[in-house]
Amino acid sequence: MTIDQLLGLITGIIFGFLLQKGRVLRFDKQVGAMLLRDMTIFKFMLSAILVGMVGINLMSDLGVITLSHKPMNAGAVIIGGALFGAGWAVMGFCPGTSIGALGEGRWHAIFAIIGMIVGAAVYAELYPFFKSTVLAWKDFGKIGLPEVTGMPKWGIIPMFWAAVIALFIFFEKKKL
Amino acid sequence: MNLKTKYGGWSPYLAGALLGLLAIASVYATTQLIGKTNYLGTSTTFVRAAGFLEKVVSAEHVAANEYFTKEKVRVDWQFMLVIGIFFGALISSIMDKSFKFENVPPTWEERFGPSIGIRAVGAFLGGIVAMVGARMADGCPSGHGLSGMMQLSVSAFVALTMFFGTGVIVAKIVYKRRSS
Repeated sequence: MTIDQLLGLITGIIFGFLLQKGRVLRFDKQVGAMLLRDMTIFKFMLSAILVGMVGINLMSDLGVITLSHKPMNAGAVIIGGALFGAGWAVMGFCPGTSIGALGEGRWHAIFAIIGMIVGAAVYAELYPFFKSTVLAWKDFGKIGLPEVTGMPKWGIIPMFWAAVIALFIFFEKKKL
Repeated sequence: MNLKTKYGGWSPYLAGALLGLLAIASVYATTQLIGKTNYLGTSTTFVRAAGFLEKVVSAEHVAANEYFTKEKVRVDWQFMLVIGIFFGALISSIMDKSFKFENVPPTWEERFGPSIGIRAVGAFLGGIVAMVGARMADGCPSGHGLSGMMQLSVSAFVALTMFFGTGVIVAKIVYKRRSS
């Protein structure tokens, strides 16, 4: 095994461990969020984002790492995002959690995994078509919120923290 | 704040914050050890898995496909990360005895009954649509939701809004109980 494969495996094991401990691998937690009854997955995800956001931006400022924005390709992100959301609601898993769900014995996740592999193959076949249509509409490029808003990132990050903490308080008050 | 939930497991705030630390450590470690900053993500691995399976049938077809060529069909860092998720969840669930063989998830059963066949068809078709969407959007809740949001990427904010917004609408339609 090469060093990058080994590093990936170790990172993945911890990732899967935390997903399972946070109880976010479950179909009922994911669909529960979409039915606006149980916000566990948002508590988990937003907590990770709050912590990661500070560390990653700090390391990027120090020149230790490089940021890698995914392109804001309007048609791709909007239509692709909508397709993903629709499939996610029926499947009840996202790609990462489907694998973890299988690990904690929810074996029906295998059908979702097979579906997603088929979906990836379908996308590969349709790629030339998408490339000349949806992907070609309007690409704003690899942009971050600071460039778009003109605000410094260390101004945006505290605002993001405040908004998320207000949301957490709301979730706890409503017992979501 | 309770650090343990009543059903076992850890508070999602605690587990999530630890995942944030893992994301930071992972970005640093990949930059130092591989020489390239890798962010957590999972959905490209499904493309590579599809490529490997198709290669069994026709290696020429995979070699000629533009998308497989672009994403490179190989077992890379992310592929092993995805395999690791399986083992991490397995270890954790065995440790706290939450491992459970489940045929059909409870919320699904309430609406569609205990049939494994119906669940299989739903999960399979949902999976196809979701993965076409994830590849088009160039990310899933890991790549966009976690890694993109941490970097304040504009695409992540839009993608996550679309993921969840559409999810809420479709879930409302799909899981609505029949008024009897």
